[in-house]
Amino acid sequence: MKRTDPRLLAAIALAGLVMALWLVLMSAIVWSTLSLPEREAVGEVLAGRIALVFVGWVLGLMAVAAVLRVLHQRYVGAPHRLLEETRVVLAARRPQLLKPRGTREMQALAVAVNELAAQRDRLRAEMDAQVTQASERVQQEKDRLAALMAELHQSVVVCNHAGRILLYNQRARQAFRALSQGPQLADGAELIGIGRSIYAALERQVLAHAFERIQQAVTKGDARPSAQFVTTVAGGQLLRVQVAPVRASQGVSGRSTEVTGFVLMLDNVTESVAEESERDQLLHGLTEGSRASLANIQAAVDMLGYPDIEPAMRERFLGVVREEVASMGTRVTDLAQRSAQRLKTRWPLEDMLGADLAAAAQRQLGARCGCPVTLDAIDPALWLKVDSYTLLQALTYLGTRLVDEFEVRFLQLRLARAGAHAQLDLVWSGQAMSNETVMSWEMDAMRFGTERTPLSVRDVVERHGGEMWFERERVRHQALFRFLLPLASSQPEDRGPAAPVLASRPEFYDFDLFQTSDEGSALEDRPLAELTYTVFDTETTGLNPAGGDAIIQIGAARIVNGKLLRQESFDQLVDPGRSIPAESIPIHGISQDMVEGQPRIAQVLPVFHAFAEDTVLVAHNAAFDMKFLQLQEEATGIAFRQPVLDTLLLSAVVHPNQESHRLEAIAERFDVAVLGRHTALGDALVTAEIWLRLIPLLAEQGIHTLRQAREAAQKTYYARLKY
Amino acid sequence: MTQKKILIADDEPNIVVSLEYLLQREGYAVSIARDGLAALEAIEREKPDLVLLDVMMPIKSGFEVCASVRGDAALAHTRILMLSAKGRDTDLAKGMALGADDYMTKPFATRELVARVAEMLAKDRP
Repeated sequence: MKRTDPRLLAAIALAGLVMALWLVLMSAIVWSTLSLPEREAVGEVLAGRIALVFVGWVLGLMAVAAVLRVLHQRYVGAPHRLLEETRVVLAARRPQLLKPRGTREMQALAVAVNELAAQRDRLRAEMDAQVTQASERVQQEKDRLAALMAELHQSVVVCNHAGRILLYNQRARQAFRALSQGPQLADGAELIGIGRSIYAALERQVLAHAFERIQQAVTKGDARPSAQFVTTVAGGQLLRVQVAPVRASQGVSGRSTEVTGFVLMLDNVTESVAEESERDQLLHGLTEGSRASLANIQAAVDMLGYPDIEPAMRERFLGVVREEVASMGTRVTDLAQRSAQRLKTRWPLEDMLGADLAAAAQRQLGARCGCPVTLDAIDPALWLKVDSYTLLQALTYLGTRLVDEFEVRFLQLRLARAGAHAQLDLVWSGQAMSNETVMSWEMDAMRFGTERTPLSVRDVVERHGGEMWFERERVRHQALFRFLLPLASSQPEDRGPAAPVLASRPEFYDFDLFQTSDEGSALEDRPLAELTYTVFDTETTGLNPAGGDAIIQIGAARIVNGKLLRQESFDQLVDPGRSIPAESIPIHGISQDMVEGQPRIAQVLPVFHAFAEDTVLVAHNAAFDMKFLQLQEEATGIAFRQPVLDTLLLSAVVHPNQESHRLEAIAERFDVAVLGRHTALGDALVTAEIWLRLIPLLAEQGIHTLRQAREAAQKTYYARLKY
Repeated sequence: MTQKKILIADDEPNIVVSLEYLLQREGYAVSIARDGLAALEAIEREKPDLVLLDVMMPIKSGFEVCASVRGDAALAHTRILMLSAKGRDTDLAKGMALGADDYMTKPFATRELVARVAEMLAKDRP
């Protein structure tokens, strides 16, 4: 029942009053015109009928009230309804329209409101579309960059100005694995990871100095500021690091002088430095050793010059000469062999599948020479070590000259193994050519139409430490240029194990870290969504840490910036140094022979500690896992002092009325797919997914910071369980 | 048994003097050429049974001389023993591909050289 509008009641009351006044006024006017006898007569007539007059007034008032009410509804109620409906339209997220009703003006108003709403919806849709498009573009660019980085053969790491890693590629990870102290353990994941500090892997002073130099160069307006240094890292390895700045973009106007981060390109130069010093030693040995030998020969020859030398002595001096000559010969041969191998490192030769090179040559010759080029007898298994660009130039150059000067109609390419080399033949049939012609073709600088290169075919061949010559095959009436090219030392170097195939693109980057401010606010009061977490789980021989049960597997994953980094996981079996009870094997599926030969906890814990550094630990039923870790503290000296959060307790904070807070039950509630349950890494990943879903739910309850989360957890009933 | 003719084609007098002395002692008729062009002319003129051919020579390299000789059917019987200070296996492969019958890297023992020369002269070129 709606309340009647007080304004309507007031209007009716006012109408009644006006009617009453009008009655009184009219009566008074009529009364004043009457003579005395008339007044008495009228008074008598009316005296008994006053009630009737009153009833008439009431009836009149009712009619007026009815009219007023209709008017009120039309001119006050209808706008009011329209207002309410308009408010609904205002708040609606989806397009919604009013029904035009009531007076013409009201209908027109509704239509106008509808038009406004439609306009707003159109704008909103456009905005949404633009935002979606923009974020898709950004995502595409990021993906493209990530893909590019992943494929690069150079180690690349990008970090922000505070040295936090925001991006790295597969190669960099391999490079760091080589530096890692426990390479077989964490795959170098404790050194390199999104959000980790680059200073964990590289000398802080050296790097900071380089950053500073670049910052200064940028401020001075240097066009291409960069720095390069060689630094020694763990295990005496040498890294050459090239640093370039990442600048804040300044819209269209150009580049700002604010450096927001740095790109590091890393080269492990340990080997090449070793090679250099070996080469120095070789040369040194050659010069010093030769001097000594020459002196000995010189002396012996001088002695032989005496005419009166007796035969026995003569024989001795001759022996000296023969011996020294032999040793010099060996020395030179030795040097030649070694430097022949070194030669290959002087020019940047790439490993290339021979068949690919032949196919490329076929395409290029076909395009440049305008004659058919066929492939014949191409060995599909040969890997060459070549500078493909100049080699293709040389082949094309020879091909074009053959076509232009000898009217060759078609060319053929062959590739086969020839001892320690590959032989690549450019074959044609046609008239013979003189040796002079071959020589000049070999020695002239190559020309392509109007283009000239400073290189000759001979230079290209020398660059490969190879050979080339002209041959005739009389049997087939064919002639050929044969190139001897170096084979790749082995099959192309291991490009690293293929990363496990994941449903999504590997998360090798997180550009949001460019925006993080590194104010050293205490962890306790930082928002949960901003913290970096190591979510971990252990599998153990049993449930009694104090009674001699031990860890047999540790699995962990990182959460940085609210993203789970599956790429940077930690997964390690541990030899418990005791037998695994048979009844526990069905639970974790780890048998005695699986832990056989695995590292002991004392070796694993330091690496795991490094992996979890500067993060908040998260585990399901954390007290249990922490107990196992703490028991090792005395033996290993490794203590985990990080704050710890327990998803079991926090799940109970969020859903106090739920029966079960077992991992599976929570996973089901949150619709998290459970893979590899009861493997440490599998459980850690599930726990991580659950934790990511818990964070917003905790925020709804006003739990935003680490401190609040820990206090809330302590209050829950489960906190009283003690292991 | 006629005396076998050997041509020494090398631009280094110091090795030529020893080789000439050595081969004459072994009973061969020895002639000398000091560059690639002279070597080719000498081969065509004198038709030696065997040429000791140095790879690094002025005007024409040993490889060129070798290729020219092999391109001339009239000289098919000429045995060629290449001598080179280049010891890479690619050089050896090139020398053999261009038609040398044997290839020796400097420094070599004179005794071995004499043995190889005798062996090559004992049989005809295929």
